[in-house]
Amino acid sequence: MSELSQRPAGGVVGETMPHESAALHVTGRAIYTDDLTPRTKGVLHAWPVQSPHAHARVTGLRTDAAYDEPGVVRVLTADDVPGTNDSGTKSDEPLFPTEVMHHGQAVCWVLAETLEAARRGAGRVEVDYEPLPALVTIRDAIAAASFQGVLPGAGRGDVEEALARAAHVFEGETEMAGQEHFYLETQASLAEVDDGGQVFVQSSTQHPTETQEIVAHVLGLSSHAVTVQCLRMGGGFGGKEMQANAYAAIAALGATLSGRPVRVRLNRTQDFTMTGKRHGFHATWRVGFDDDGHLLALDATLTSDGGWSLDLSEPVLARAICHIDNAYWIPDVRVHGRVAKTHKTSQTAFRGFGGPQGMLVIEDILGRCAPLLGIDPLTLRRRNFYAEGQETPYGQPVRHAERAGVAWDQVLTTADVSRRSEEIAEFNATHEHTKRALAMTPVKFGISFNLTAFNQAGALVHVYKDGSVLINHGGTEMGQGLHTKMLQVAATSLGVPLSKVRLAPTRTDKVPNTSATAASSGSDLNGAAIKNACEQICSRLAEVDAGRGLEWETLVREAYFARVPLFAAGYYRTEGLHWDAGVFRGTPFKYFAYGVAAAEVEVDGFTGAYRTLRVDIVHDVGDSLSPLVDLGQIEGGFVQGVGWLTLEDLRWDDSDGEHRGRLTTQAASTYKLPSFSEMPEDFRVAMLEQAHEDGAVYGSKAVGEPPLMLAFSVREALRQACAAFGPAGTSVHLPSPATPEAVYWALDAARRVAATREPAEA
Amino acid sequence: MAEITVNGEPLALDRVSPHTTALDFLRDRGLTGAKEGCAEGECGACCVLVARPPADGSPGTEWTSINACLVGAASLCDQEVVTAEGLGTPSDLHPVQRELADRGGSQCGYCTPGFACSMAAEYYRSDRASAASTNGTHGENGFDLHALSGNLCRCTGYRPIRDAAYALASPDPGDPLAVRRTAPPPSPRPVRLEGDGAAFVRPRDLSVALALLSDHESVPVAGATDLGVEINLRGSRPGLMVAVDRLDELRDLRWTGDELHIGAALTLTEVERRLAGSLPVFDELFWQFASRPIRNGATIGGNLGTGSPIGDTPPVLLALGADLVLVSLDGERRVPLADYFTGYRASVRRRGELIKEVVVPLPVAPVTAFHKIAKRRYDDISSVAAAYALDVQDGVVRAARIGLGGVAATPIRALETETALTGQPWNQDTVDEAAVVLASSGTPIDDQRSSARYRAEMLGQSLRRLFAETSEGVRA
Repeated sequence: MSELSQRPAGGVVGETMPHESAALHVTGRAIYTDDLTPRTKGVLHAWPVQSPHAHARVTGLRTDAAYDEPGVVRVLTADDVPGTNDSGTKSDEPLFPTEVMHHGQAVCWVLAETLEAARRGAGRVEVDYEPLPALVTIRDAIAAASFQGVLPGAGRGDVEEALARAAHVFEGETEMAGQEHFYLETQASLAEVDDGGQVFVQSSTQHPTETQEIVAHVLGLSSHAVTVQCLRMGGGFGGKEMQANAYAAIAALGATLSGRPVRVRLNRTQDFTMTGKRHGFHATWRVGFDDDGHLLALDATLTSDGGWSLDLSEPVLARAICHIDNAYWIPDVRVHGRVAKTHKTSQTAFRGFGGPQGMLVIEDILGRCAPLLGIDPLTLRRRNFYAEGQETPYGQPVRHAERAGVAWDQVLTTADVSRRSEEIAEFNATHEHTKRALAMTPVKFGISFNLTAFNQAGALVHVYKDGSVLINHGGTEMGQGLHTKMLQVAATSLGVPLSKVRLAPTRTDKVPNTSATAASSGSDLNGAAIKNACEQICSRLAEVDAGRGLEWETLVREAYFARVPLFAAGYYRTEGLHWDAGVFRGTPFKYFAYGVAAAEVEVDGFTGAYRTLRVDIVHDVGDSLSPLVDLGQIEGGFVQGVGWLTLEDLRWDDSDGEHRGRLTTQAASTYKLPSFSEMPEDFRVAMLEQAHEDGAVYGSKAVGEPPLMLAFSVREALRQACAAFGPAGTSVHLPSPATPEAVYWALDAARRVAATREPAEA
Repeated sequence: MAEITVNGEPLALDRVSPHTTALDFLRDRGLTGAKEGCAEGECGACCVLVARPPADGSPGTEWTSINACLVGAASLCDQEVVTAEGLGTPSDLHPVQRELADRGGSQCGYCTPGFACSMAAEYYRSDRASAASTNGTHGENGFDLHALSGNLCRCTGYRPIRDAAYALASPDPGDPLAVRRTAPPPSPRPVRLEGDGAAFVRPRDLSVALALLSDHESVPVAGATDLGVEINLRGSRPGLMVAVDRLDELRDLRWTGDELHIGAALTLTEVERRLAGSLPVFDELFWQFASRPIRNGATIGGNLGTGSPIGDTPPVLLALGADLVLVSLDGERRVPLADYFTGYRASVRRRGELIKEVVVPLPVAPVTAFHKIAKRRYDDISSVAAAYALDVQDGVVRAARIGLGGVAATPIRALETETALTGQPWNQDTVDEAAVVLASSGTPIDDQRSSARYRAEMLGQSLRRLFAETSEGVRA
């Protein structure tokens, strides 16, 4: 057991406790960025002028009429930018574009005394456009060879040779849609400038440091002239890892020019039409199996739909490629990747960060091929699990590979899978119009940022003379319970009661140069940094105590008078990582998180509508830092994954009409996320036992992203239920998302196979 | 002075535009617990409690959860509102807040105040402990999960919220909000609020309302569940809004010997509770009609008055052969619903005319059903909807009426299918033939909800499903 992972007896780490802000949440007293607006005097409100074209040159911009609107104070245009007119990190995201690249892109912004006046003013701005051809679908982009960024490839062995000797070779295409984050709190920023010219931006951002850098870049300032604070977020899910930056920059620019606080808060429609989403992917593949169903080779090309700019598309694609194996050993592999450039919002990070898209490919392959191989899907999946000692295609040893099998076997038992499978078969035999199915899928998810440099964190711990403790760290709270865990870590490290410790909002002037709170890494990185700071203080205090065993308050007081510093900056970097992006090899991940889910669904043959009857999960969180928080991440991630795979249906107008490129699902009324009706009716979650993780803080594991991918179990169960409408051995091609309509056509195709009695892929 | 009582404190309505939502009004005054998540009554982050007359018509007050993002602040003039801040404090949590907090019911917390309010409304429902839900989704404490169907959470996956709801006990006898239920809510007073060149008027009675509605800039407003979306998302700024939701003349539900009369300004919740299961087809309808907070505001007249082709009540009312009574200063006239719609969001209703009541002829046919096809089971807009009223006697269809939504610019009757069924034996052959006819009804379109092909297919499948469900020996 490492020093990092070892837990002292009696610490509060590992105890079940509610979210640290739960009492504020439920009473409506938790303050979010835009709740500051009515508490701030003299705020100006911003409204964007949005492009009605997916792709067009801006040939004229006249703002005079906007100023005729009562209350309008200023129209922000490119001419106002004192620094650089770009809000991206790749110099490909002009804040005020001369060529609009997606429908709904902001061309300029109007500031006014009220939101209503800003809206009216925006309606008065005249923009001339010269429409240009637009690529809307990923297939459009592939046909036009419209790609952006690097074109990575990864591989091992000789795929052609392996496919040539494989007993069974299949090929196919897999396409999957993206996903809107639909954080309940839309993008929000409030910026002010103080008497010294210091720009203070309160932003709902997962990456305060990058928001600070972009604001400074746009304003032509050094980073030390900009402070970014994030109180908390009403959900992030990756959608505020980069997407917050542009709106913070607009607020800061407006505040700089007007001398007044400026608020930018997108309404839901603006958020839908302006901000990036999960990447949709297209994949082509060839796969080889031996007679026993062992995977022998995979040759795949993944194309992600990056939208109009690069954003985080390259690392998202890298993670997709690194997860195409999921939990399965594939001896010979060749994967190519490319990012399509389309005239849509710039797709971005979303919980799983490409991992889900990569894993969906292999799960789709196994789900489609199992009937063609004549092997039960449960058997096919289990048979291909990694064994200890094997390496991923990118050369990382799969440590704790046995955990996937342990979790699998535990689910088989606790979910009573064999008995229920028999009951399902009996049910299906006696029900013509309703079919059920149970499917199990595993998850193996690599933890750490692929880019090694991001795997560092800082923290600031203050002990005051009265013994109370204030902690700051670089991570942001978006509901995932990071701050709850950090309080537990600090109290445990210092050996004080939880009530002694407070946590202050995330600010760039407290902890600099932070990484995004992303990649599930928040607890691992910041927890270790906090622990490091606490240990510095503890070791100083131990010298003062000199074995006397003083009470905490007495000791702290003595230490002060002995002129011993009672604060410390903590730091952590994840050891043992290396990654060569050029050859796509290395050990990018500190460890893997494992999980297994079993899902049972019921499908209505009349409509394709379905219900999730029961879900059983065993998930590996290491030794949990905070069990209620982790349970929430597992359940919530799972349901969010179910939303992506079955319900959430982004549609763009891909006609040649005047609205080409417009997002047609730009409201909660047309884009449906899971509600109570999608919650598994019987939902049983267990955490894998004896799961200590030696390489992470207090033996824990990251939990933010991996459970999302347990939702493949629902998609595979739907596939199998559709197949049950056809003859045995029917292979079902199920689109993603598997909406009731998609399920209906899939089961209807299976039924037609039954009618013609010709086994074929449906 | 015009004011709203919020959490027991009067808040003045001065300098409030008639278009200002209750949500913005509350937030501008520092009550930022209620949030804007979608501005169209879909997510429920804005939910607050309003003291209303009990939906079932009994005396006293019912705490009712509504979407503050849709209703105008002006429409709550003189009313009593409770927000999450008013339910409890961090050191003295309300029971629903306690359960939500302790069970991990909040993660990011943004949707939570709205959940707390919707949950509190159900917590205080006076017949909760004894009433079962309409389709089996309720806790042992009688908590009907549909009370939360209008609240979205992106973080938790809902299980802990459900567990919190099902763990609630009954309110303490001394609970001030429980006590408040025993006295009537504030009665609506006539009011006129002006600002931004527009006005909101709550008229004294129907005749004043009708006079105002002859103004060409006027719109009637009840629960604002449609108008609020137009204002929030599509920039609509009507010059004169005439509140009709509390006009006594429009709020009567009565049974005559051969007719059921439903007042147009009764909310869907009120209709549901007052019918109390006496017409089963309505029970198939109500839980699928938007969400509880929407049903608490939306009126049955409003659902017809908007003329939407995808409203949920028209198919059912068409199948039941309902008439509408339209009223204006010139008097009343009665129009069959089948003749009411004339085009996309257009009807025979003239300026200055209001829907007064819906009249359903009795008795209702023995076989009725409502099938709604949507992506999501709770709170979704239908791709297509079909309602049936079939008179099947001795295995023969004596009469048939079928109402359809989502297949044309207006809700329609499936007349050809009705003909194909009438006089035929109620068997698989008849159904299969009629299903083909039904599938060719209307002119369904491709849109983001579904393909035209699926819509047409679902019509035929709907009839097959009805037969399967009504036939002995056929397994569903």
